[in-house]
Amino acid sequence: MRDRIVSLRRHVLARHLFLALVGLLVVVVVVESVSDYRNTQLASMAYLGIAAGGLTVLTGINGQISLGHGALMAIGAYTSALLLPDRDATVPLTVVVLAAVAVTLVVGAAVGLAAARLHGPYLAGATLALAVAVPGIALYFKETLGGEQGLRVVMPDIPVWVLDAVFFVTGQDLTRSRFTAYVGWLTLIVVFLLLANLSAGRTGRRWRAVRDDEVSAELAGIDLGRARVSAFMVSAAAAGAAGAILAFTVKLAAPSAFTLTLSLTLLAAIVLGGLGSLAGALIGAALLTFLPSVVTDIGRNAGLSDIQAAELAPLVYGLVMVAVILLAPTGIVGSLRSGLQRARSRRRTTSPTTTSKGTAS
Amino acid sequence: MQQFFNTALTGLTLGMVYAAFALALVLIWRSTRIVNFAQAPMAMLTTFVALVVIDAGYSYWLGFVAALVSGLVLGAVIERVVIRPVEGKAEINAVILTLGLFIVLHGLAAVIFGNRYRSFPAPFGLEGLTVGGTTIALNGFGVFTIVSVLVVMGLLVALFRYTDVGLRMRASAFNQEVARLLGVKVGAMLTLGWALASVVGSLAGLLIAGGSLVHPSYMDSVVVFGFVAAVLGGLDSPLGAVVGGLILGVSLSFVSGYVGSQLVALAALVILMLVLTLKPGGLFAQAPERRV
Repeated sequence: MRDRIVSLRRHVLARHLFLALVGLLVVVVVVESVSDYRNTQLASMAYLGIAAGGLTVLTGINGQISLGHGALMAIGAYTSALLLPDRDATVPLTVVVLAAVAVTLVVGAAVGLAAARLHGPYLAGATLALAVAVPGIALYFKETLGGEQGLRVVMPDIPVWVLDAVFFVTGQDLTRSRFTAYVGWLTLIVVFLLLANLSAGRTGRRWRAVRDDEVSAELAGIDLGRARVSAFMVSAAAAGAAGAILAFTVKLAAPSAFTLTLSLTLLAAIVLGGLGSLAGALIGAALLTFLPSVVTDIGRNAGLSDIQAAELAPLVYGLVMVAVILLAPTGIVGSLRSGLQRARSRRRTTSPTTTSKGTAS
Repeated sequence: MQQFFNTALTGLTLGMVYAAFALALVLIWRSTRIVNFAQAPMAMLTTFVALVVIDAGYSYWLGFVAALVSGLVLGAVIERVVIRPVEGKAEINAVILTLGLFIVLHGLAAVIFGNRYRSFPAPFGLEGLTVGGTTIALNGFGVFTIVSVLVVMGLLVALFRYTDVGLRMRASAFNQEVARLLGVKVGAMLTLGWALASVVGSLAGLLIAGGSLVHPSYMDSVVVFGFVAAVLGGLDSPLGAVVGGLILGVSLSFVSGYVGSQLVALAALVILMLVLTLKPGGLFAQAPERRV
């Protein structure tokens, strides 16, 4: 029995590693074959995806809601900006990302400790306050954090061995925006691998147990506070990495990038994709990145002015978000999954139908 | 001394507005156990309605009434169409739903009215009043703010205490099952509750906008302040919301005056965390009960 469990767990890890490898291949092919503009979009999708992945673990698997992930991204982005002030900065990007993660982890621990006592609307309100409060800090400490203008992020030169390696593999020269896209997607793959393993293992089972029934979880010997705080810290760390990638992509850390809208947008992403599934987070991030231009074009063709058409995108995903909660609370991935399950059980008429779980409750 | 006095006065005026907004949140929380985060964009939308009426050449007061009426309708429609299906379901669904509404109303306002700052008129002078030779930080509009919030509160108290409808609304909020058995149309009462809350929220929106600028996101921080004020008062008590609003208004005014206006939201966060850690049931909590 024990052997079988062990082999099964190895199996999970092997599956995740395999998926990561396939993901890496897809990333290389896509990044190499699209234009610089699309690569910048891909980098944006990467940071939205990383943050949404962290948030979906927190909200979908642990049942805590956070509207403060935009603020946590801001902390990651400002950390990166402080480490990359000019061209002479010799800090490698890996170290920058790790530093952003470390700082956000500490902040996340503090927020998580406070949040562990709260639930539902209280938690939403408190993290909402966090999202509104953090940009003010950047405005107040004008000298170090650049005030309204923000801090410029200067990307260091691409290391020569990376240039050589990429040229060796693809036969093309590596442009800067391609490099950023690679950094973003490599980070995303690493973060998702870690998140997937964590939530498939013992830690993830604890998080789910706490989400589903506090009393039973506590009776089973799970420390509620510890489970909640650890989920928040992991989620915050992902947001920190996302902030670093955001800083690399837009080359600026400014308060205007981290408004309440960003936090709400992340929430929209995970609700659209389906709470608790990393694939859903990625789908949500893709929608957030590529839907706006499509919707804007439709709006412009329908006779709206450019400015009005640009505002259509948030309207659309807000509407979809409301519709998802009302009609399909498990999101895109969840609905597909339960649809598949239903189809399967129809084929094997003997097997009992397993109803999929609703939204995190 | 004078600065201290003026800061306190500004805080009291602002506190009245936060109190009104907190009251709107409390009204909805009492009846449906939902914190309506979409209250802010709802108020913003109705303020834009007022602006359209005023810009069309009608008087401020017609715009004022138009905003309140549209608030009434908006609140009722939203409760009936969107909120009703999630009432009594998992609380996280309701939270996400109101946040989705937040985005929708925001986007709607930006598409219809444009994503730019527009100035909003005030019906009274914005010059500080003069008392005994010195100008104080209270102007005609400030007086109007305080009076109108007090009037609305008085009307609400009268409604809940002395009228039949108010009694029914209290019954539905207290226990839906029992109220229904006693012949109260609970659904209609909940809709009415949302509509009234939305009117109060619209009033807060109008008062914040007066003599200032409006923009699709001008109420975003107010929803935080209103929430903090409501939690200060225990989220369940209308009187608590008013006191919480005043306390918060004065404290934030002092932070803004003596530390820096950029840190106002941070101060609100600190106050919120302190309340939730030390007295989760609000400042006036008596029964030790798990709420948070």
